Amino acid sequence: MPGTKEIRVKIRSVQNTRKITKAMEMVAASKMRRAQERMRHARPYGEKIRNVAAHISHANPEYRHPFLVSRDTVKRVGLIVITTDKGLCGALNTNLLRMALNQYKAWQAEGEEIDVCAIGNKGFGFLQRLGANIVSHAIQIGDRPQMEKLIGTIKVMLDGYTRDRFDRLLIGYTRFINTMKQEPVIEQLLPLSGELLGAPEGPWDYLYEPEAKTVLDQVLTRYIEALVFQAVAENMASEQSARMVAMKAASDNAGTLIDELTLVYNKNRQAGITKELSEIVGGAAAV
Amino acid sequence: MASTIHIDVVSAEESIYSGEAEFVVLPGEAGELGIYPRHVPLITRIKPGSVRILPAGGGAEELIFVAGGILEVQPKVITVLADTAIRGHDLDEAKANEALRKAKEAMEKAQDKQEIATLQAEFSSMAAQLAAIAKLRKKK
Repeated sequence: MPGTKEIRVKIRSVQNTRKITKAMEMVAASKMRRAQERMRHARPYGEKIRNVAAHISHANPEYRHPFLVSRDTVKRVGLIVITTDKGLCGALNTNLLRMALNQYKAWQAEGEEIDVCAIGNKGFGFLQRLGANIVSHAIQIGDRPQMEKLIGTIKVMLDGYTRDRFDRLLIGYTRFINTMKQEPVIEQLLPLSGELLGAPEGPWDYLYEPEAKTVLDQVLTRYIEALVFQAVAENMASEQSARMVAMKAASDNAGTLIDELTLVYNKNRQAGITKELSEIVGGAAAV
Repeated sequence: MASTIHIDVVSAEESIYSGEAEFVVLPGEAGELGIYPRHVPLITRIKPGSVRILPAGGGAEELIFVAGGILEVQPKVITVLADTAIRGHDLDEAKANEALRKAKEAMEKAQDKQEIATLQAEFSSMAAQLAAIAKLRKKK
């Protein structure tokens, strides 16, 4: 019977695919839990540092840090795009990159120039193909976000801002809402808006060592770094959940495909038997 | 009742220590700092070194290594915003330069690749044209 063997081979190959997607699903599920935990752990640092920054900037109104001053004319913007290093995670990167691309085109239409910073392999490749001016990048971050790998990359962007190379700095990443839902967002990092820092806690002031200005500089730099780090951590949690969901869908689809193929296979086999039987009967009748 | 002070040691990656303490020693930028409860509000940078925490109610001394960072002291709370890596102006600068260099390299490589791709595309379209011409000739 033609086709029977081909169908059997096909079923086996789909079964193998299902094994792989199932394994990836489980790996992603365990990584997701860890990634979420890491994301939560990164939060207190950001909050603490924001409180400190808010307090110092309110206590020293005479010193305006460049990060806090918004500029009137925006000629050039900086954009940090955070994507995953690996694929097979559904539409996660596509959604973010589409959003970034729209934004990019809108800026271009307004005559603004754009410097980009790519964190993650996928966005890096995409921006390269787009022909964007990539001033810094960080790829192969791994499963565990490390500040060490991001410091240089972020500093390039912060220096770009302080040296007036660009007048706004934005960050695009995928926000983790829950396991089933992740949302691409593009947020403004610099200049920091005053409301973001909030109101001071009281009229008291710190003793500064060495002085308010240097401490504030460092606090604000760390704050931006913490924000980027938080975004990377969040992106990673999103990646793992998106991958888990995508792989679950793939496993389910493979299952359906196997069921269908098995049905065809059995029908085919039965047709073969029936045909053979009728041939035997026909042959016997002829004799 | 002995008074205590709450201490949090957090880094961007994780929360390292949290608890009540009687006395804390930290490596401040201008020298070692010993902090008792009800200290005046103070903010300073800290150098790479160890933070010594004497937990409330006795118990073994805690030693935590920090790679620098920022220390915030309030009368009842001490917050150590620890860096995860050793930082310094020059070190950061070196890292930034490294990142810049890498970006440039990648850009050039991409251009090479792009050139190859355009040449290949041109080449294949020319080959197709040649094939079409050859076919036309045969027809005639």
